[in-house]
Amino acid sequence: MNYHWNWGIFLEPSPEGNGTYGQMLLSGLWMTLQVSVLAWTLALCAGSCVGVVRSLPSAWARRLSDVWIEPLRNIPLLVQLFLWYFVLPELIPETWGDWLKQLPNAPFYNAVVGVGLFMSARVAVQVATGLAALPRGQMAAGLALGLTPGQTYRYVLLPMAFRVVLPPLTSELINTIKNTSVALTIGLAELTARARAVQEFSFQVFEAFAAATLGYLAINLLATLAMRLIERQARLPGYGKA
Amino acid sequence: MFSNFDFGEIWRALPFLFLDGMRFTLTLTFLATAGGILLGTVLALLRLSGGRAVSAIVAGYVNLMRSLPLLLVIFWFYFLVPYVGQWVMGAPRPIKVGGFTSALLTFTLFEAAYFSEIIRGGIQSIPNGQAAAAAALGLTHAQTMRYVILPQVFRTMLPVLLTQTIVLFQDTSLVYVLSLDDFLGVASKIAQRDGRLVELYLFAALVYFAISFCASQAARRLQSRVAIVR
Repeated sequence: MNYHWNWGIFLEPSPEGNGTYGQMLLSGLWMTLQVSVLAWTLALCAGSCVGVVRSLPSAWARRLSDVWIEPLRNIPLLVQLFLWYFVLPELIPETWGDWLKQLPNAPFYNAVVGVGLFMSARVAVQVATGLAALPRGQMAAGLALGLTPGQTYRYVLLPMAFRVVLPPLTSELINTIKNTSVALTIGLAELTARARAVQEFSFQVFEAFAAATLGYLAINLLATLAMRLIERQARLPGYGKA
Repeated sequence: MFSNFDFGEIWRALPFLFLDGMRFTLTLTFLATAGGILLGTVLALLRLSGGRAVSAIVAGYVNLMRSLPLLLVIFWFYFLVPYVGQWVMGAPRPIKVGGFTSALLTFTLFEAAYFSEIIRGGIQSIPNGQAAAAAALGLTHAQTMRYVILPQVFRTMLPVLLTQTIVLFQDTSLVYVLSLDDFLGVASKIAQRDGRLVELYLFAALVYFAISFCASQAARRLQSRVAIVR
């Protein structure tokens, strides 16, 4: 192989003039983390609401949740990001559209909303599955105790359902982190984009990508450990696997 | 808001969108699915019945692929394959690899990791008694897999494999970053040439939705059709 390895590249100053190549990659890692956390928060909130609607005993509620879930699941994330970023500002009234286009950090907000909504469909399906897995008697018992349906969901069903679906939610969290990389197409300077930039400036392709790979592995490990900690903390004595 | 929506623009773009773009997307999807399932089956078998070292290596590969974003893997292979080709063929300099070949290799190797997990799950869901019965009948391990276990795995896992193929179909849109002429790539090039982003991106979304939605409905129907009653 006539590829010139240069692992010292990360310590060399980048042509952007404000630090080293290593710092460039770190800034990308930080951006990936920020977008992931915000998008995951959005996905959890929206997904839980839609998941609850999906679990209601009415055919209309289910259809309503399908209207949310099916488009988000059946359009590629990249196309969804283009829709939010390029198409939405043209379809809303002009003053709003201009405001959107002039937002500082527009790629950042677009990435959070785009990835967040995309993942919310998956979270919704998981939450609905978790709710469906609970014995029917739990709802009945809650109502019999005089709780309103809302209170039953809040205090009885959802706490149990979330515990049931914690493992699949962990992999959805990892998917959220991985999916933020797609936002490089709308100009978000996240980890993959920064690795690309390092490669374009310095021609050290494989060092840059190896660093990005390690970065993703580190974040994923962190996310998995955090979720496992939550799983252990949330475990109820005498319920499920010991 | 749709006052200056130009349907003629989409109409004029249709030949490029479907004859070039969609053909590329579908070819990539089908070849990568076929290659991915084939390689995925081999990986699953190696992981389950290979030696300890082999299954550790396979597990490492599968987990690595599954924890990286596809985009990063696309870039990795795009730059790596010419060097690997040079090494394999003993060429004096990195070989030239076309965009389609690079994308096909990437998707095959990447999706093989996901397919292998599906097939591994399928193999493990077959009751142990079947392998024992096959062994008692005098079948070798390979024969047991070939004639007893795998046919059932592919049958029960067919809906899941189809669902993964739909995911793959949507993921092929990411070759956009290599400026290849897949469906989205063509749509985006025409959109930028004519300044018609709204029309073409909405149309692209609609087409992706229609295809994926129909296919996932089919997968759902298949689920009840192919289930083996035990």
